[in-house]
Amino acid sequence: MLSKRIIPCLDIKDGQTVKGVQFEELRFAGDPVELGEKYAKEGADELVFLDITATHEKRKTLKELALRIAKNLNIPFTVGGGVSSVEDVSVLLEAGADKVTINSAAVLNPKLIEETSKRFGNQCIVIAIDAKVNKSAKWEVHTGGGRKNLGIDLFEWAKEAQERGAGEILFTSMSNDGTKNGFACDVYSKLNQICSIPIIASGGAGTTQHFVDVFNDGKADAALAASIFHFGEIPVPILKKELFEKGIHVRI
Amino acid sequence: MKIVIIDYKAGNIRSVDFALQRLGINAVVSADKDILRSADKIIFPGVGHAESAMQHLKNADLDTFIPTLKQPVLGICLGMQLLCSHTEEGNTKGLGIFDVNVKEFKPTNSADKVPHMGWNTTDNLKGELFDSNLFDKVKALPPQFYFVHTYYAELCKDTVASCDYILPFSAALQKDNFYAAQFHPEKSADAGEELLKNFLKL
Repeated sequence: MLSKRIIPCLDIKDGQTVKGVQFEELRFAGDPVELGEKYAKEGADELVFLDITATHEKRKTLKELALRIAKNLNIPFTVGGGVSSVEDVSVLLEAGADKVTINSAAVLNPKLIEETSKRFGNQCIVIAIDAKVNKSAKWEVHTGGGRKNLGIDLFEWAKEAQERGAGEILFTSMSNDGTKNGFACDVYSKLNQICSIPIIASGGAGTTQHFVDVFNDGKADAALAASIFHFGEIPVPILKKELFEKGIHVRI
Repeated sequence: MKIVIIDYKAGNIRSVDFALQRLGINAVVSADKDILRSADKIIFPGVGHAESAMQHLKNADLDTFIPTLKQPVLGICLGMQLLCSHTEEGNTKGLGIFDVNVKEFKPTNSADKVPHMGWNTTDNLKGELFDSNLFDKVKALPPQFYFVHTYYAELCKDTVASCDYILPFSAALQKDNFYAAQFHPEKSADAGEELLKNFLKL
């Protein structure tokens, strides 16, 4: 039976792991590769590294980071952050990344999904989507690290991303991110109905029960979290043991 | 010990190379027949599309060469599928080491997502690749490996590990000096390292 995946996410700024609340208020949380190795040893199923540094040197530093991770890690990992061209994807895969996330660039240029999935295979193209619920209960896609609202509907965009060749959807609910009040389960459940590719849930993890809910009610294939792992609130082995005891099929 | 990773422009070579480095092995990456012939062991990785991968093999004149190898050969993922008789991906003829066909996963309900991606349990383990305490100890909880694939090899007489996703299929194959894994041992944490160590011990 296929296991539900637990994915620690490492946001990286200037080479350091950072964590914010609702996309703001950054706190430092250590060296990304060391943290990644620790999580791999503890039983994380996959890791996601997102570079949120905004400099023109970025492509080079991200490539070097991917290479360092690939050398040291014995589990799959995804890299992203500002990926905007076929060349960006190529450089990261070449450095040893298993998958690459594309976020804003795919919204602005949806053809990029076709171009990259045809060339590298759809299994390595993860479309990351940040969205927030508005006053009329519509989920709107945001770009630029959550700064710009283009008024695009989350569900329509997810469906289009799949049709264009995305291999996975990583949806972060900006309304839940950093709150530790639980995942947006109803949204994941709806995404699961719309999409036939795996859905990674992100934003809102605070307790083991939140993971149980997003797997059972949200039908998510994987759940991603950051601060509960970085600050030792729920270590990966304890989370997995508790999930297993609650009947969720995980790798332990 | 000389380990050679076959370089044919269709491999996850870097990941396999790094995994071997973590086990203290500096592998040679090559498509040169003399170098391959002199290897103690050979790893045949692969990602991407079967048809184009087979074309790369033909261009390098390796399609007729690989079946003549006498030392242990480990095919991984697409490498395993190319060692089979035929694959539905691009209606491609394989190298025919394993007398089995590779078919496309057909979802039967909305829970069946394709590609099959993630950690899955393996059963009916046998043969040298799985011959170690780690795999014995966890009999109550079968070992899990990391899979990413859209096509699968059917169960056959060479199956040495099975996996169930939509239907039971071959997670690993073994025949004479040829070994193969559908999953990625280089990305499968401790279980994957154990399998690679077992291959290196052959």
